[in-house]
Amino acid sequence: MEILMFGWEFPPMKSGGLGTACYDLCKGLFKQGTKVTFVVPRLPKTIKSNFVKLLGANQYAKLTEVDSILTPYMTSNQYLDVYDNLDVATKQNYGKNLLAEVKRYTQAAIKITENENFDIIHVHDWMTYEAGQIAKEKSGKSLVAHIHATEFDRTGGNPNMEISHKEYLGLNAADMIIANSEYTKDNVIKNYKVDADKLRVVHWGIAEDSPSYHLNAESPFKDSKVVLFLGRVTIQKGPDYFVDMAEKVKKYVPNVKFVFAGDGDMFPKIVDQVMERDLAENFVFTGFLRGEDVHKAFQMADLYAMPSVSEPFGLVALESIKNGTPVLLSKQSGVAEVLTNAFKVNFWDVDEMANKIVSFLNHPALSHDLKANTIEEAKGFNLDDPAKKCLDCYDEVKKW
Amino acid sequence: MVDICFYFQVHQPFRMKKYSIFQIGNDEKYFDSTKNQEIMQKVTKKCYLPTNKLMLELLRKHPEFKIAYSISGTAIDQFEKYSPEVLDTFKELAKTKQVEFLDETYHHSLSFLYSKKEFYDQVEMHTQKMQKLFGVKPKVFRNTELIYNNELAEYVEKMGYKGILAEGADHVLGWKSPNFLYQPRNTKKIKLLLKNYKLSDDIAFRFSDKSWPEHPLTTKKFGGWLNKVNGNGICVNLFMDYETFGEHQWSDTGIFKFMKGLPAELLKHPDNQFKTPLEVVNSHEAVDELHVPHTVSWADTERDVSAWLGNKMQQAAISRLYAIEEEVKQSEDKKLLETWRRLTTSDHFYYMCTKWFSDGDVHKYFNPYETPYDSFINFMNILNDMLIRLKTSNSQTGIEKAKVY
Repeated sequence: MEILMFGWEFPPMKSGGLGTACYDLCKGLFKQGTKVTFVVPRLPKTIKSNFVKLLGANQYAKLTEVDSILTPYMTSNQYLDVYDNLDVATKQNYGKNLLAEVKRYTQAAIKITENENFDIIHVHDWMTYEAGQIAKEKSGKSLVAHIHATEFDRTGGNPNMEISHKEYLGLNAADMIIANSEYTKDNVIKNYKVDADKLRVVHWGIAEDSPSYHLNAESPFKDSKVVLFLGRVTIQKGPDYFVDMAEKVKKYVPNVKFVFAGDGDMFPKIVDQVMERDLAENFVFTGFLRGEDVHKAFQMADLYAMPSVSEPFGLVALESIKNGTPVLLSKQSGVAEVLTNAFKVNFWDVDEMANKIVSFLNHPALSHDLKANTIEEAKGFNLDDPAKKCLDCYDEVKKW
Repeated sequence: MVDICFYFQVHQPFRMKKYSIFQIGNDEKYFDSTKNQEIMQKVTKKCYLPTNKLMLELLRKHPEFKIAYSISGTAIDQFEKYSPEVLDTFKELAKTKQVEFLDETYHHSLSFLYSKKEFYDQVEMHTQKMQKLFGVKPKVFRNTELIYNNELAEYVEKMGYKGILAEGADHVLGWKSPNFLYQPRNTKKIKLLLKNYKLSDDIAFRFSDKSWPEHPLTTKKFGGWLNKVNGNGICVNLFMDYETFGEHQWSDTGIFKFMKGLPAELLKHPDNQFKTPLEVVNSHEAVDELHVPHTVSWADTERDVSAWLGNKMQQAAISRLYAIEEEVKQSEDKKLLETWRRLTTSDHFYYMCTKWFSDGDVHKYFNPYETPYDSFINFMNILNDMLIRLKTSNSQTGIEKAKVY
């Protein structure tokens, strides 16, 4: 089977979990003997130092370039910031705003697909949906729309109407929708009134093992326990709830360290909050981490807290447990459906978050048992399971 | 002849309410009276009342029918509070003289493994309650969850009991059969009755399991299996939770209908007769000594104590609980002592069990907490609050504060 896949990021260039998810899916499909042609907006020039890795990716996904400055999870304002900083000559190559850019991506991608052979079209999130729809019209092949995050998740419930409209059109045009959790499936049904019968759930997996899981990075804070935040510093990830929690935990565990890894539009606000609440000594800001540094951050932490307001899946939690670090998950997440040995709280319930974290930090028996069971449970996650489930979906949709 | 010996366990714990670190030091109420009342009234309706009614009918219809109960003190306390009508029906059952009541630790605790003194006190409390309620002094002892070892038999013999119950676990019995009486090692007179776990669990666990090849279980089929013991044993001990009827096995599974027809079916065989545990003990000699150096129980496939004490959380929680026993007793604060005792109930430790947690089985069904970790956190928060109260209570006597963390 040959798959034509439309996405917009592929490691090492990525800012969210989606690039990793696409990479992992292609890798898993390749192992199952499936050929994937993966269309990304562009192959960045800065990729040189990691070029070997990308070549590796080429073994299972034929990367095709569409010239665009589109990056994932970009809001319209962020797009304009990038656009404004381009020189005039370069500007001519790009659309003026995010939606125009999506249009460019769509048109350019279609030209590429005319030359490709494929059985199924598989598109990842709204920016690629239109490309998928046109490819479907041209080829008559089945369209599978993967939903990793809805506009409602990204914006904390305040969607950009144009984007959510595109999401609506794309999802309804698809023959089949793959949601990455029951949580996402429910959101899609609730927000987009799609036919529940064409929805399938494929929970994400993660590489079963990797040298990066075994770097044995040690915390530099010998006398303090470390609670980690790692993610984009945006409303979706609940960084402000993390600070609220930290303030409460500090009262019970004065020397606790909160390692705050990530960047995003809310970052200045978070720094202000930390200063205002006299938490400066307890916080360590690392900025955006990539590669092995992400694994090291997990390994140094005693607990990873993911207080996301809305997390369609939450692959990062699987990265944490693969690195041996227990997790506290927001119940508003997909990963909470598949992880049993974890703390689970409603993202707004800061008291309960603090209750669990203080107990975890204060009771060695609790941290020992949760860690031991986390490590055991982590063994059950791999890349083959989600790839096999996607293949089942392809087989199924072909018969429709 | 084969003595068929039914023993039913009746137990409800005092479940704790949600208690966070922020409540420590300013909330003296630990138990969830709303939930406890709700559960007690639900189980009363689904199980206790209809089953007691059925048993009473059966006992009246068949004067040969005999049964035994062990009712935990925490269940009795909650009957008194929330469903006094259940106690009335137990009293009626007692009047038939075909029913025996056994002794256990009042708080359904693991105290034997942690404090002999507390164990003795809780058994004594239970005896007194039995005498008060039913006018009898039990002569047969069953420990929480059939937890048993040589030492327990020896200890309980000294307390004057004539019989003791245990699980007929394969790893204890080896080639021996559970269908005889045994002499616990290092004892003189006390006799050991062993649960026939195959036949007991056919009713208690497998009755409604549609994937079980023997489903549906009829009285005739069950009677056929039981009759095979004739010639190979002197007793068949059918030990199970009373909540099997109507609560674990819902009414629509046909469990009541099954029980209703069972005595008549079993009595069809001329060599079958019903006896209570004490009657069995009084009618036969032990065939052999049984050596149980390691603790056994009736829980899980392991039949050991790992369901309550298998992980670090459980061990930390229980050892810290018993670490303050002396202080609680020295405080002479009766309310505090009773509260402390309610924390000794085995269920609180069962909720912390991580064994099989990922598979989501029977442990989950009985667990009011989302995870074992939540259960541990709640327990330790309450224990920490108790320490603060203990400190206040003991401040006059100058007793040092124990450390929980």
